[in-house]
Amino acid sequence: MKTLNELKSGESAVVTKLNGEGALRRRIMDMGITKGVEIYVSKLAPLGDPMELTVRGYELSIRKADAKMIEVETR
Amino acid sequence: MIKIALIGNPNCGKTSLFNALTGSNQYVGNWPGVTVEKKEGKMKNEDDVIFTDLPGIYSLSPYTPEEIVARNYLIEEKPDAILNIVDGTNLERNLYLTTQVCEIGVPVVMAINMMDVVRKNGDEIHTHEIAEHFGCTVFEVSALKGTGIKKCAKAVIETARTNRGIPPIHHSFDDRVESVIHFISSCLPKDVDEKQRRYFATKLFERDSVVCSQFKSLPNIESVISDVEKEYDDDSEAIIADQRYRYITSCIHECITRNKTKKSTSAIIDSVVTNKFLAIPIFALIMFCVYYLSVTVVGSSTVTDFIGEKIFGTQGIVALGIGRLLTSINCAKWLSDLIIDGIIAGVGSVLSFVPQIFTLFIFLSFLEDCGYMSRIAFILDKLFRKFGLSGKSFIPILIGTGCGVPGVMASRTIENEKDRRMTVMTTTFIPCGAKLPVIALIASDLFGGAWWVAPSAYLSGILAIIISGLILKKTRAFAGEETPFVMELPSYHMPSAKSVLKSMWERGSDFLRKAGTIIMLASCIIWALSYFGIANGRIVPVSSMENSVLQYLGKVICVIFKPLGFGFWQAGVATIMGLLAKEGIVSVLGVLCSDASQLFTQAEGFSFLMFNLLCAPCIAAVSAIRREMGSVKWFVGAIAYQTAFAFIASFCIYRFFLLFSSGIFTAETAIAFVIIAILTFLMFRKKPRNLKK
Repeated sequence: MKTLNELKSGESAVVTKLNGEGALRRRIMDMGITKGVEIYVSKLAPLGDPMELTVRGYELSIRKADAKMIEVETR
Repeated sequence: MIKIALIGNPNCGKTSLFNALTGSNQYVGNWPGVTVEKKEGKMKNEDDVIFTDLPGIYSLSPYTPEEIVARNYLIEEKPDAILNIVDGTNLERNLYLTTQVCEIGVPVVMAINMMDVVRKNGDEIHTHEIAEHFGCTVFEVSALKGTGIKKCAKAVIETARTNRGIPPIHHSFDDRVESVIHFISSCLPKDVDEKQRRYFATKLFERDSVVCSQFKSLPNIESVISDVEKEYDDDSEAIIADQRYRYITSCIHECITRNKTKKSTSAIIDSVVTNKFLAIPIFALIMFCVYYLSVTVVGSSTVTDFIGEKIFGTQGIVALGIGRLLTSINCAKWLSDLIIDGIIAGVGSVLSFVPQIFTLFIFLSFLEDCGYMSRIAFILDKLFRKFGLSGKSFIPILIGTGCGVPGVMASRTIENEKDRRMTVMTTTFIPCGAKLPVIALIASDLFGGAWWVAPSAYLSGILAIIISGLILKKTRAFAGEETPFVMELPSYHMPSAKSVLKSMWERGSDFLRKAGTIIMLASCIIWALSYFGIANGRIVPVSSMENSVLQYLGKVICVIFKPLGFGFWQAGVATIMGLLAKEGIVSVLGVLCSDASQLFTQAEGFSFLMFNLLCAPCIAAVSAIRREMGSVKWFVGAIAYQTAFAFIASFCIYRFFLLFSSGIFTAETAIAFVIIAILTFLMFRKKPRNLKK
C-alpha cells in the first residue's frame, strides 16, 4: 500500500482510499479526489512541497502532509 | 422584483460575468455576521432584475463561511432562478457543484464560460448532452469576449419569471443510496417545502452538521445511514461525493470531446514559471519589475515633486491661484491660512503618491486575474508554513505593500481561521504605500537619501512577520492542527483590461476617498491645533507653534516615547496623526519643520521610523482588521500586539543603532540584549507539549 505523498514527479496512480476526517477530507473529495480517480503528479514545488497534481483535467496543489491521507495504487 | 443568484466555482469567471450583466449598478457589502463579501447589482436596462453574486465555492458543504453563506441564501431567500456558471475548460470538477445546485429546488440555467479558450484548445462541448444529463438549459458564453451573455441573460430572466425549469433530478446516486434518501425525505416534517426535501434529505444523509441541528426532532435515521456505510465500507459523506463524481464521469465523455494532441497553454507556461530551478528567480524578477516600475519609475521624485510642489506646494499652481482668489474676496487671514497651509499642503503631499499606488494596484490586479497569484502561494507555501502562515498569506502581505486595507481584506482567501488571523495580525507590519513617503522623508532628510533605508524598512517588516509567526504559533491561541492547503492552480488567462482597471479603481479610489476625508480632516485638525494656542484662558492664533495646543498634546504623549529616543512633542504629534493616516506623518512634519534633521538625530529618526512602520496601522486598516477578525477580543489583541511589538523593536533598534554608530553602551543597551535573548528563546523553543493536541 502506497500513499500519494510517496509518488514521484511524473508518476500516476489510482486512489483507493481516503483517510482522515472533517473539513480537510471533505475538501479533498470536493476537489475531485475520490475513490478510483487517476492522479498524475505533475511536479513538486521548488522547495519540495507542496505537490502539483493533475486530477480530472485540472491542476491542484496539495501538501505532502495532507497527501499522506490518500492511499493509492500504482499500475 | 426578480432575484437571480450567480453561483460557480472560484476562478470560473463569475465576477466578470456579473460585471457584464450589471455594469456599474453594483452594491458591495458584507453578508450579515460573516466577513464574506456580498455583491448585488441591478441588471443593465432591466430595473426589476437583481443579480446576487454568491461567493465562489467548490461545494455546498458546511465547512467554510463562503459555502454556508451561499447555501443559506439559496435555501432561505429562495431566489427566482440560479445562474450556474461553469468553467468550460474544467468541466468535470465544475459540474460537481452543479449536481448539488440542481437539488436545491430552484430553477437553474447553466452558463458555460470561457468558451473562447475551449475552442482555442480545440475542444468541443456538447451543450445538448449536458442539458440532458443535468436537467437544465445550457448556454455557451465568454465573459471575456462578451459573447452569448445577452441570450443567456434573457433565458435566465424568462426562467425566473415563469418559475419553470426546476431541474428534474437525474439520479446522481445508485439505487441503494437513492432509496435511503427517499426514506429520509419521507421522515422530514410536513412543513418542509416539497422542492427542498431532496436537498435536506441528502444533507441529513451526509450528517451535515448545520442541517442536522436544524432537524433535531427527526426520528432515528442514524441506523439506516450506518447500515449503508457498512455495506459500502465508507462514511456517508464520502459515498455521496463519490457517487456525484461517478455520475459525472459516466456522462462526461458525451458532454465534451477533447483535443488530446494539444498541450494546454497553461501547462506550457507552468513548465517554466513553476519550474524547479526557474520558479524562484522568475518570481523575484516579477516582484522586482512590479516594484521598479511602480515605486522607482512612477514613484520617482520627478513625479511626486511635480504633484507635491509644483501643483499643491505653497508656491504651486493651486496654492497661488486659490491664494489670489482668497485675497481678492478679502478672506480672513486664518481662513486663507487654513485652506492653503492646512488643506492644500496636507492633502497635496498625500496626493503626490497616488500615481504609484494606482500603478501598483494595476500590477497586483493583473497578477491576481491572470492566475499567477496562486502560483506564488504554491511556490512559497513551504517557506511560509514554517512561520505559522500559509502560502496564501503571501498574497495579503504583497497587497499590503500597496495598501493595508485591501491587504487585510485579501486574507479572506485563506480558509483556515488560525492562518487567517495570523495573517491579518501581521500583514500591516509590511510597509504599505502610505508609509513610503515617511520612509522617503527620513531617508532623504536624515540619511542623505542613503540606498539602504528603504530596504531596511521592508526587511524589518518581513522580520517582524517571521518573528511574530515563530513566536505566536507556539502560543495557546495559534497552536494546534496544521492547516489544510488544497488549492486549485487555475489556468492562466489574459485578463481583460476592463476588469484589471475596475479592480485597480476599486482599491485605488478607496485610497483617494481617504485622502479626501480622513486626511483632509486630519490636515485641518493639525493645522488648527498648531495655529491656535491658549493665552489668558482664551483660544487665540499664536505666532509660533511652540505655544500651540498641538505642542501641549505632543508633550503629554511623548513621555511614552522617551525610551525609544524620540521623546519630544513633534514626534508624539506626528505618531498620533499617523494613526489617522500614515502619510499624515509627512504632512505633520512638513508643517512642523522644514527638514526632519532639525528634529531628529539619525538614531532617533530611524527609531521613529521603525515604530511608525510597525505599530498599529492607520484607522482605515484598523477598521479592516476589526472586520476581518470578527471578534472584539481578537481585534484588541491584534492591535495591542502590534503596538507592543513596535515598541520593543524600536527600543532595541535605537539602542543598537547608538551602540554600532557611536559605541554608546548603557543599561538600556543591556536590556535590549536581554529582550533579544528572550525573543530568540520564544522563537526557537519547542512547542509546549500540552498544546500539541
